[in-house]
Amino acid sequence: MRHFANWGILGLTLIFLIGPFVIIILAGASAGPNLAFPPEGLSLKWYAKVFTIESFRASFVLSMALAVFGTITALVLGIPAAYALNRYDLPGAETIRTIVAAPIIVPGIIVGLALLRYVVVPMNVTVTVALFMAHTALVLPYAVRVVSSSMHNLRADMEEAAVLLGCSRMQAFTKVVLPNIRGGVLAAFILGFVTSFNQVPVSLFLSGPGVRTLPIDMLAYMEITFDPSIAALSALLAFMSLAIVFVAERLLGFSRYV
Amino acid sequence: MSDTFVQLTDLTLTYGKNIAVPALNLSIREGELIALLGPSGCGKTTTMRAIAGLLAPASGSIHIDGRDVTRLAANKRGIGLVFQSYALFPHLNAFENVAFGLRLQKLPEAEIKSRTEQGMATVGLSGFEGRKPAEMSGGQQQRLALARSLVMRPKVLLLDEPLSNLDARLRLEMRTELQRVQKETGVTMVFVTHDQAEALALADRIVLMQQGKIEQLGTPAQLYAQPETAFAAEFMGFENIFKVAGDSVQNDHGSLPLGYRPDSAILAWRPDGVRVGQGPHQGRVTACSFAGGHREYVIDSALGPVKANADIALPEAQIGDSLSFDLPQATARPLRA
Ligand SMILES: Nc1ncnc2c1ncn2[C@@H]1O[C@H](COP(=O)(O)OP(=O)(O)OP(=O)(O)O)[C@@H](O)[C@H]1O
Ligand SMILES: [Mg+2]
Repeated sequence: MRHFANWGILGLTLIFLIGPFVIIILAGASAGPNLAFPPEGLSLKWYAKVFTIESFRASFVLSMALAVFGTITALVLGIPAAYALNRYDLPGAETIRTIVAAPIIVPGIIVGLALLRYVVVPMNVTVTVALFMAHTALVLPYAVRVVSSSMHNLRADMEEAAVLLGCSRMQAFTKVVLPNIRGGVLAAFILGFVTSFNQVPVSLFLSGPGVRTLPIDMLAYMEITFDPSIAALSALLAFMSLAIVFVAERLLGFSRYV
Repeated sequence: MSDTFVQLTDLTLTYGKNIAVPALNLSIREGELIALLGPSGCGKTTTMRAIAGLLAPASGSIHIDGRDVTRLAANKRGIGLVFQSYALFPHLNAFENVAFGLRLQKLPEAEIKSRTEQGMATVGLSGFEGRKPAEMSGGQQQRLALARSLVMRPKVLLLDEPLSNLDARLRLEMRTELQRVQKETGVTMVFVTHDQAEALALADRIVLMQQGKIEQLGTPAQLYAQPETAFAAEFMGFENIFKVAGDSVQNDHGSLPLGYRPDSAILAWRPDGVRVGQGPHQGRVTACSFAGGHREYVIDSALGPVKANADIALPEAQIGDSLSFDLPQATARPLRA
């Protein structure tokens, strides 16, 4: 009986997790003109149509660029921060950790509004720059956290050993610390990439004429057109995320770090 | 003192406000094997880190090979340090761990290869080149760490508790290994230990430290036979240490007349030096254990517990028995206060 209940819970969990995914794949594969489930017949035409929609192409490129460069910037800032928090007895290290984590805790709507009201408008920065700043800030906590945890087990005496063998402090970092936190850095990159790519609330406030991230563009598209191409696109994006995680898992055992 | 190789002069080492080592003076000769011996927290690691350049001294100076290196960066000093934790690089295989420092010097590939292979052979690790540190035993990792330092041909090689993580058999093996490597390379070596037997067995000279100060410095034979203070005597196995008052010895428990008048402030006896079975003093046996060639007794006397070893030929006393003993002048070691 216990056994049966366990399988039941497992099954329900899987349905909740995978169910929406299956629905979206099928809804996108509809032959009919409307977004519906179950689909009215099967075809791949909506999957094909996604690639012909001009605005999707532009917003995909923007989202990609934001996710890649925003995450790289966050890592460039986050790795040294994580290093300093781990290595040195900084006064107020706990406070710094909390502040760094703030974008995870504070609702995205508020972050977006605050950025718009106090940075974009008064400082008169362009929408693209504002989006870049926002995405970097959003990803930074993940970068610091994940890199931190992979640095946690790295003993300081390894760097000292490297120094005594002739390294400068900087060389000790690049030759000894970095190779040993490689997996953590990659994990942080993927987590950051996915977070940034799927980000809606913050980007909502910072999109301007002609400058939209893909999720915002998809929302806008749905307000006008209610065809299955939106489901097809969602399914394609989900496959992209899956592929990235799969490759990372293969290369580095990604799941150890998250 | 003409052939001094490492000279520490009034070296003061601090952690914030805490003084870990106050004004240390020590000279080490070239090719010498020095043991830093002392209880936990006495400043052994701190002293090593200062010599290596990982800890800047608050005051004082360090000279190596006639050159003042007090302000010289750690990576320019030419000093090797084998960490107690080995501090191997987990992402590199054994070969690359050993070659790490040579690669930094941008030596020709052929020389890197030959020196690395030779270094690994010296510590008996030929054939392990492709292993990652995690795939090696504790003893192998330790030897790898030693090879990594040795191939750099350091002027001075420091070893922080090099044998402490090994089991008894490996420890003996590594002891001989260290001695052999030292004789073979002639490198000046300083190793830290809190095991007196290890220090006695390995070192040319022992530096006994207490609370950051040198308690006594000398050859193993000198320290073993002629400790000068109660602290040194205790470390060297004198388990019975008593204050002298006139012609008796005393402690918190009481006093015993000696029958002679010592001219030192403190007297100490090893358990071997206490005569059992005859003598003017009486005590009750509270513990007795067989130790091969002798029996070890703890005798409760007017001085509290006295530790004495009795020859196996003597009749065995049981716990609770009364036993006579003597604290002879011949085996007493006079100590200064
Ligand atoms: N990083 C540090 N910060 C503050 N105090 C320290 C630090 N490292 C050591 N100390 C203090 O300095 C003193 C000497 O420490 P050290 O590590 O040199 O001892 P040790 O002789 O190597 O001991 P052990 O045998 O336990 O390794 C100790 O009182 C210790 O508490
Ligand atoms: Mg120590």
